[in-house]
Amino acid sequence: MSARGDVRTYSGFRAMTLVCLVVLYSPLIIVTVYSFNASRSITVWEGLSLQWYADVFWGPESGKFKQAAINSFSIALIAATMSTAIATSAATGIVRGGRFRLRTASLGLISLPLMVPEIVTAVATLIFFNFIGFTRGYLTILVAHIAFCIPFAYLPIQARMQGIEDTFEQAAQDLYATKAQAFRRVLLPMMMPGIIAGFLLAFIVSLDDFIITNFVKGAGVETLPTAIFGSVKQGIKPNIMAISTMLLVVSIAMVTISYVVSKKDSST
Amino acid sequence: MPGSRNAIDVCNAVKRYGSFTALQSITLSIRDNEFFTLLGPSGCGKTTLLRMIAGFEEVTEGEIFLFGDEIENLPPHQRPVNTVFQNYALFPHMTIEQNVMFGLEMRGSSKDAARRKAGEMLELVQLAQFSARKPSQLSGGQQQRVALARALAPEPKVLLLDEPLSALDLKLRQAMRSELKSIQRETGITFTFVTHDQEEALTMSDRIAVMSAGRLQQLGEARDIYERPVNRFVADFIGETNLLDARVEAADASVATCRLANGLTLDCDAIGNARPGADVHLSIRPERMTLAAANGDPWQGTVRENIFVGTDVQTVVQLQGGIELTVRTQNSAAGVATIFDPGTDVAVDVEAGAARMLED
Repeated sequence: MSARGDVRTYSGFRAMTLVCLVVLYSPLIIVTVYSFNASRSITVWEGLSLQWYADVFWGPESGKFKQAAINSFSIALIAATMSTAIATSAATGIVRGGRFRLRTASLGLISLPLMVPEIVTAVATLIFFNFIGFTRGYLTILVAHIAFCIPFAYLPIQARMQGIEDTFEQAAQDLYATKAQAFRRVLLPMMMPGIIAGFLLAFIVSLDDFIITNFVKGAGVETLPTAIFGSVKQGIKPNIMAISTMLLVVSIAMVTISYVVSKKDSST
Repeated sequence: MPGSRNAIDVCNAVKRYGSFTALQSITLSIRDNEFFTLLGPSGCGKTTLLRMIAGFEEVTEGEIFLFGDEIENLPPHQRPVNTVFQNYALFPHMTIEQNVMFGLEMRGSSKDAARRKAGEMLELVQLAQFSARKPSQLSGGQQQRVALARALAPEPKVLLLDEPLSALDLKLRQAMRSELKSIQRETGITFTFVTHDQEEALTMSDRIAVMSAGRLQQLGEARDIYERPVNRFVADFIGETNLLDARVEAADASVATCRLANGLTLDCDAIGNARPGADVHLSIRPERMTLAAANGDPWQGTVRENIFVGTDVQTVVQLQGGIELTVRTQNSAAGVATIFDPGTDVAVDVEAGAARMLED
């Protein structure tokens, strides 16, 4: 099947691909493998063991990690839900609202945070919270997460929505559905794959955010990334690898669900 | 038009988009229980008019009545008309049965009643065995029939069809024409059909409204429009025709004698303002002329070419003065009709009453 002009015929293509894959994935593989190491060392292999997983759950740092995990997952869940709801309304308005003034501006405003360096957003958010006198803690993290997750949730929803012709809503209204019923019974189910993808993306982005969280979190409130960072500062122990591996599994699961959802949708 | 017994009355309806006028004061009536067709080339405003009746386009000026009730200000879901969309717009996340039940449920039918009615409708379009499938598992023709069943299920007062056959291949399209026609008769619902296909319009419609450039050109029965087109647009758009420039020589109340540019004369029915000396256009259908061996008659010319189109042969004959006529000869059993080779001189016999004088 390798036709002339196929990229495989370019010299060095294979080598380049290999280098990219190795650079991308070898750290992940090494972390995963060494999370099962019996040794206290992070570089010397001494045999298979689950001791570091046990250490995460029951070891000296387990209380800290448990609270951080609860914070991380609850923030990710709430932030993803809220930002997806906001992004869905925004997409409905921008895609279906016809040509209104500032339509392009609205679209730009929603996607701009993707292009602004995260550190800028982090500092700005911190200054904003200080300015309005919002005490830093769990709530500040949550609010910040909801805000920066919106563009991530928005993009897949908008992409999905643009693929839905407006004759579907017209057909629903023609069949005696009010605008609200047409939205709920026809448009929303058709947008669902985009909404799920947006939700999962927002969830992952919230779950692993470090920079913004680190700026806006209050003293004593940790999420998994900040807790891991705190631990690493005192020296890398294999339990960090175990936590990282578990987070990796969660991410892979999310991506897989998102893939399956979109796959299932395009096949029917 | 309160108290009207027509299914639809459109009164001086105008549609403007900014400075562009899509429809220029349309007035027409669609009778109860008829198969009515809006026919015209793309961009003529036929779909806009249909969408105004359905409620998807606002009416800039004028009124629309449904069985005497003014409806142009009602939102689509409050108008008891249903639409079969060009791309069908079946809800992809619902089964065929759920699609057909949708309108019934939205109108407040119970689930059981809706399911029963949906079953009947799917029976009507011969798709009962597919009720549990999703639209994507059906062929284009089947999807089209589901769209029809879905729109008919709530028993609309008028069914609107927006070029529903245009996505189907020729054979299927022809089969669907007769099916649509028989479903219309069976249900007794008024059908308003939009198409750009004149053959589709002629074969199915009780009456046809021919539209062009946002205006109603002619409204009448299929035969009427074909035999007695009022203007060049209609004559040319419906079927094929020979359009000739002529000047009126003499005219009384019923018959006008016209002279072509090459001096030949022809009688036709007089219309309104055909005064002697007026420049007019004549339309002669290709099948209303026959060819014979040249016999000294002034109506003669030379065969330029023969075009074989299956059911018949179209012969292009050049008359004196450079006027070209297309004559259609039925492709019947061998020997009945003679096909003259290019270059042959032939006599052209125009049937009495074949020439039709046009208003413009």
